[in-house]
Amino acid sequence: MTAQIIDLVRENVIQGRVTRDDEGIEEGMVGQPGVTELIEEALDSGVNIADIITEGLTASMEAVGEKYENEEYYIPDMLASAEAVGVAMELLEPHLARNGIKPKGKILIATVKGDLHDIGKNIVSILLRGAGYIVKDIGHDAEPGDIVNAVREEKPDYLGLSALLTSTMVNMEEIIKALKENGLRDKVKVIIGGAPVTQEYAESIGADGYGADGFHAVAVVEALRSGKQPFS
Amino acid sequence: MSEDILSLLKENVIQGRKTGEDIGIDESLSGTPGVVDLVNSALKDNISPELIIKEALTSGMEVVGEKFSTREYFIPDMLASADAVGAAMDILKPLLEASNVETKGKFVIATVKGDIHDIGKNIVAILLKGAGYEVNDIGIDVPEEKIISVVRDDQPDYLGLSALLTTTMTEMDVVIKSLKESGLRDKVKVLIGGAAVSDEYAGEIGADAFCADAFQAIRALEEFEGA
Amino acid sequence: MPREGILIENPIERLSGEQVRQIHGASIDILNDPGLLCFNKKAAEVFQANGAEVSAISGSGTPCWGVKIPENLVAGALESAPKTVKLGARNPDNTLIMNGDEPRVFFITGSETNIWLDVDFSTYVSKTDPSKEVKVPEFKPRRGTVADLCDSAHVCEQLETVDGYIRTVNIQDKDITEDNKDVNKFFACLDNTTKHVMSGLTSLKQLDNVVRMAEIIAGGPDKLKENPLISFITCLVKSPLQFVDDTTETFMEVCKRGLPIVVSSSPQAGTSAPIKEAGIMAQINAEVLAGITLGQLVNRGTPVLYGSVPVRARMDTLGDSYGSVETSQYNIDCVQMARFYKLPNYSTSGVSDVKIPGQQSSIERLFSDIVVTMSGPQFLHCAYGLLDCNSVFCLLQAVLDDAHFKMIKFFLKSPRINEQEFNTVKKQIKEVVATPQKMFINYIRPVMRSGEISPPYPFEAEGEVDSVFALANERLQELRAKPVEHIDPETTARIFREVPGLLARLNVHKGDG
Repeated sequence: MTAQIIDLVRENVIQGRVTRDDEGIEEGMVGQPGVTELIEEALDSGVNIADIITEGLTASMEAVGEKYENEEYYIPDMLASAEAVGVAMELLEPHLARNGIKPKGKILIATVKGDLHDIGKNIVSILLRGAGYIVKDIGHDAEPGDIVNAVREEKPDYLGLSALLTSTMVNMEEIIKALKENGLRDKVKVIIGGAPVTQEYAESIGADGYGADGFHAVAVVEALRSGKQPFS
Repeated sequence: MSEDILSLLKENVIQGRKTGEDIGIDESLSGTPGVVDLVNSALKDNISPELIIKEALTSGMEVVGEKFSTREYFIPDMLASADAVGAAMDILKPLLEASNVETKGKFVIATVKGDIHDIGKNIVAILLKGAGYEVNDIGIDVPEEKIISVVRDDQPDYLGLSALLTTTMTEMDVVIKSLKESGLRDKVKVLIGGAAVSDEYAGEIGADAFCADAFQAIRALEEFEGA
Repeated sequence: MPREGILIENPIERLSGEQVRQIHGASIDILNDPGLLCFNKKAAEVFQANGAEVSAISGSGTPCWGVKIPENLVAGALESAPKTVKLGARNPDNTLIMNGDEPRVFFITGSETNIWLDVDFSTYVSKTDPSKEVKVPEFKPRRGTVADLCDSAHVCEQLETVDGYIRTVNIQDKDITEDNKDVNKFFACLDNTTKHVMSGLTSLKQLDNVVRMAEIIAGGPDKLKENPLISFITCLVKSPLQFVDDTTETFMEVCKRGLPIVVSSSPQAGTSAPIKEAGIMAQINAEVLAGITLGQLVNRGTPVLYGSVPVRARMDTLGDSYGSVETSQYNIDCVQMARFYKLPNYSTSGVSDVKIPGQQSSIERLFSDIVVTMSGPQFLHCAYGLLDCNSVFCLLQAVLDDAHFKMIKFFLKSPRINEQEFNTVKKQIKEVVATPQKMFINYIRPVMRSGEISPPYPFEAEGEVDSVFALANERLQELRAKPVEHIDPETTARIFREVPGLLARLNVHKGDG
């Protein structure tokens, strides 16, 4: 029974089916339980949460990653799967501490002040959730003050900043300054991204990492988490 | 007076005006006599054919050649000028023979048997004539026997063979072999051209030159003369 | 199921209906005055017997006849010429059905080039910075062989967008003579591709052998009639307005046998036709009509294609300029003329003036490929791999051409705009707008796999480099490595028994008994 549910969770993550209404990749799956229903059932049945995460979520994302490498899956497929994992993690989050499981990390993410562009930020959020991180999205056009407050309250491990315009990108420097002034700079790793942003700019303003796209961002966060130098 | 008519003649060569009806390049000479009329006038004024050739025709074609290399003139312009010079040479040729001045050389040109393509050959013929050669164009689909008999009778200095198809170019080999057998091979320089033909093929069959276009033909002929 | 090609719903038309009629009228005038010069006695006799004014022209050495073709002969021919032409194939799924009034385009290779271009990649090191290395393709020309023709047919068999095959190589092996060229040429094509095969005929004496070969493969003379897996193209008219002796003879013989044939005329604006559009159009139309008329007089109802290869002359050499914009204009005009007559049309695009693949080649061929395709010729000789006008063939270029033809075909699909679509998308919009993220990405997935999204450019490299040639070359090697669908051993053995002149090395089953 346990094994069955976990298998189904894995299968539905691979198919990117968040709820029973989702089509997935194969035909004829509409109506069958999606990841949401399956996780709820798993929690009700007392399935081991660590197992759900390792064999249901992580293992399936590895399979998805392979399909992406083989050009069998494209980005929209990865996003659907990542989204399914994200939803699963949200449902599991309240139970993690009780079971002695620490989430990989918490990330606050925002598009800086003056900038409305958020598709990139949204995609990164989904992928990070899919990679097992807790992601809190502050939104776009975020005031430096609000970001600083959020960092103080939520105590994230990472702060992600996004901008699409060269005119708004300069706010990233301002935010880092504000964190320093508020004694918060060393409490959080700052990663930046967005079309006009570059590695050089990230280094020049003292950010901890630069993500060229969603996958790159995830790789950078993972590198920082394991203590590796992301700017090598 | 003779300077005037010669410089007018040169100008008309440059403008490619064979007759009074030709527009020329910039229409500045429109309605005035063309090269044919001017050559006849010059002869009436007792200007020697040699002077006409040197001061008007050759020097005019040199200017045309320069304009072509700087891309001010294109082939249609060159052809018009060469055609005008060709017409002038038709008038002057009998007078040159009388005065024992030689033309640059006699050139027989043909498209080989089996091949009917002749645009390239026709262009080469016009340009060579304009360059001062005496050109006998014996046409298309010419059998080897006919070529041999023309070479024997006319005694040209040069024989030009053209073919567009790889299936007909082999005929050039036949012609050259036939020239050898008839004891005529060393009497004439053989130049070959056409889309199918190449330098290597010329070497293979023992032709004297491969010419990708009319200008290469003229250059090859100049080299033969210098040799 | 025959091949689909691509249906052009709104073909590009340069000429108004009035202009089309004017061209037709001018052509009819030309067919009467000056009329044509015919160097083939039989053809002159055929015209004379059918009421054309034919007069022997004396004094010019080679016998020839002046032929004035009256309008009623042309009208009769246009009526009897079939409006639908079927081009068969070894694999029936590769059949091409061409309807003269349906602008459904099929993409075909060709022509008979003298030079085959091999590609080699060399590494070059910068003189100023020895750590900088660059891989550069080098193109090496050589004379084409029958092995190259086999290679080309095989690769074109694998290229998705190729609907039919016109031989792309002039086989110049030392053991190829005028007497065996045609049989080996056709066999090389038929044995290495299951698509329709068209070619010119070098020697009329070989026609029977070639037809016999096709009959053996088709399964008999009746089967060949049903499934004409070979067809011919002849330039019976030499512009301006001359019927050539040997090709006219070939044309008539093929028409007698009822095999499909392209009436081809290739005037060059500026040299063998007037430089002005009205001139080359009136002339080429007259020339093609003359050819079609002759074909119908020889064998009423025989399938012909209105074949036009008009081209403008270059001003610096007076050679062909296939890359010139006018060449595309003339071809599009010819497509319209053929449609006016409701005959399937053979037009040309995609030929480059430049001798090697590269930027000029890409621009020249892409330009003409797009505009001429959109005018809707049924038989588009879009010259995969053809460079330096008709002189050079490069398989790498053919692979590159296939990629952009995928784009062109995709572009020409009709839009899915209908009630059902609107209902679906209005629902999507309402749903997405209600979410905080407001992204439509989730709805991509079902569409992505149903062929509704165009594939990415296949030769895109990573990073700031252009590796198109290297990637296309990899693809070429992949295609070459695929197995060849040869003719079965029994049929091959029979062909080699009954058809003289075939080179032993072309029999891949040798030793199979």
